[in-house]
Amino acid sequence: MASYGPASASGPVPGTPRRRGALFRSAGVRFALVYAVVFGISAFVLAVALWYSTLGLLQHQVQNAINNDSQTLLEHEELGGLPSLEEAIRDRLVNESEPNGIYLLVSATGQILAGNLDHWPAGLTHDDVWYELPVTRQGIASVALLKVQPVPGGMKLLVGRDVRARLELRNVLRAGLIWALSLMIALGIMGALLIRSLFRRTIKDISATTSAIARGDISRRVPVSGVGDEFDELAITINEMLDRIARLMDGVRQVSNAIAHDLRTPVTRARSRLEDAALHASTKDEMQAAIDRATLDLDGIVSVFEALLRISEIEVGSRRAAFAPIDLSPVLTDMDELYRAVAEEKQIVLHTEIETPLPVWADRDLIQQAVVNLLDNSLKFSESLTVINFSAMVVDGMVQIVVADRGPGIAEKDRSRATERFFRGEAARSTAGSGLGLALVLAVAQLHNGTLHLQDNHPGLRAIISIPTYKS
Amino acid sequence: MRILVVEDDKDVAGFVLKGLREAGHTVEHADNGRDGLFLAASENFDAIILDRMLPGGIDGLRLLETLRGQDNTTPVLFLSALGQVDDRVKGLKAGGDDYLTKPFAFAELLARVEALTRRGKSDGPATRLMVGDLEMDLLSRSVRRGTQKIDLQPREFRLLEYLMRHAGQVVTRTMLLEGVWDYHFDPQTNVIDVHISRLRQKVDKPFETSLLHTVRNAGYMLRAEDI
Repeated sequence: MASYGPASASGPVPGTPRRRGALFRSAGVRFALVYAVVFGISAFVLAVALWYSTLGLLQHQVQNAINNDSQTLLEHEELGGLPSLEEAIRDRLVNESEPNGIYLLVSATGQILAGNLDHWPAGLTHDDVWYELPVTRQGIASVALLKVQPVPGGMKLLVGRDVRARLELRNVLRAGLIWALSLMIALGIMGALLIRSLFRRTIKDISATTSAIARGDISRRVPVSGVGDEFDELAITINEMLDRIARLMDGVRQVSNAIAHDLRTPVTRARSRLEDAALHASTKDEMQAAIDRATLDLDGIVSVFEALLRISEIEVGSRRAAFAPIDLSPVLTDMDELYRAVAEEKQIVLHTEIETPLPVWADRDLIQQAVVNLLDNSLKFSESLTVINFSAMVVDGMVQIVVADRGPGIAEKDRSRATERFFRGEAARSTAGSGLGLALVLAVAQLHNGTLHLQDNHPGLRAIISIPTYKS
Repeated sequence: MRILVVEDDKDVAGFVLKGLREAGHTVEHADNGRDGLFLAASENFDAIILDRMLPGGIDGLRLLETLRGQDNTTPVLFLSALGQVDDRVKGLKAGGDDYLTKPFAFAELLARVEALTRRGKSDGPATRLMVGDLEMDLLSRSVRRGTQKIDLQPREFRLLEYLMRHAGQVVTRTMLLEGVWDYHFDPQTNVIDVHISRLRQKVDKPFETSLLHTVRNAGYMLRAEDI
């Protein structure tokens, strides 16, 4: 029974396989392994090539020598008959002109006529075929490369070369190559380790930065070495991404603060209206009026929310899907038509000049909304009998949409902050509005790779949206 | 009209059902996607008001796609808290006929649902629209009231055409902005009111009876007095 304890304890622990794979999940180790494998394979191929070319060359040389030798001997037989052949063989053996030479001439009956082998090697059956067989030469065992040539009269001439020396060379070569291979594997592993540490060191900066950011220190950036290599490019890209994230986070922080301040007011108003009505309304009409006003307040809050969501939707850039090449001319002319009636109603002169065509790569809805915001603003702040200039033209490859009024304008010191969410200038505080209009215009302009400039119209505000023209 | 409301929020559903009944419609309600799909597929409705996010494994988009897959062409209005432009596009792509974002004014919902059912019924393009003694010829693009010809700017013509196509129904300012100007947002300025009042100058002012009425807290309605 007690044996169950250890058995179950040694069973698989959840997570163990993952930990075992951790080494191979490291990109550094992976790159190093790939390096080692590639290095190893090339070293192996080199060794094999060396092996076969060296041994092949030797084999070829020996075969040539044997062929030449037997050719010469057969010529002796042709010219001088059997005696001449025997003489030539004996001559070769005595002179030791070919120390590794092996010769054997046998008669049709198998009797040895001349040669330095003790007996016909076993297994040597076919003529004109290469054999590598063990032989016994003068009582000494060895290995030889052999070939048999038939001699007229049923005799057989065996010519060969002792290749023991070559076999030894092969062994030496093999040992050498094995050594070299082991050395190469060792070098490969060292190279791999080197690559891994290089890799680690290079991405250490990036991982240090990103983990610092993960811990909440959003101000950290990846150091750029200035070499201009791939890692620098990566570092620059990461830094750009971090800048954008920081900007977005800033925006979020700013918005949450603004929501806390600016939405409390209308919510409080609606709440107190309802509470007041609940406590003090004496007639049904009073109650109804309070409810209606509170509903309007809530609608106002909802529209602020919608504007905020719209702005962040634009800033995140998720709307690029709706982009298309369009001509802004008819779009702006439509807007002029829509607002001309309103301007006339307020006895304001809307002076419009729209060039044709105005080709842009844009989201029509967003451009409409941005320009509508500018026109809404201008109409809101303009006195009657003043002029609003509404124009659109191509200037230096940019489509410029200008809305300029003679209203109170925006004070110099406030102009840079006017596009912040919920910012309201002195002149605007007394009017209705959420302080989100220009923030949306800016977001739209930036989404279109453009700009929004607010200038003094002496007096009044001159707002200019510039977005690049589109060339098909 | 027979309207199906698929909405899981009890308060919103109750509010919508009550309002629709008060407006004289017959209403069915489902509080999850499964029941909603079953009702929508098995019974005949003039319109369906559909929430996007529903419990029961089938959300509004799936429900509508399934319904359209069965060649059911009942007009559908999405009523959703998902208000981003992409959500809207997704809803319309799935086969929705209109899209209204929560929170909403009931008058807006009612006007849009009633406009939908009218759209569903229209068979073939009309060439002539009549409301009372007001007559619009869409081919010659001319308008007369009684015997008198009325001259309209192109945009005024489209505005009147929209109102006439929805004669007898409440038309909200947002519907006009979308339908006539193709604007999918609400300007701060009362642009629609101004254009309506100009149209009134031409269509109603010179005549004894007025056809173009303001509906308080909702929008406008074009209708002959006697109906």
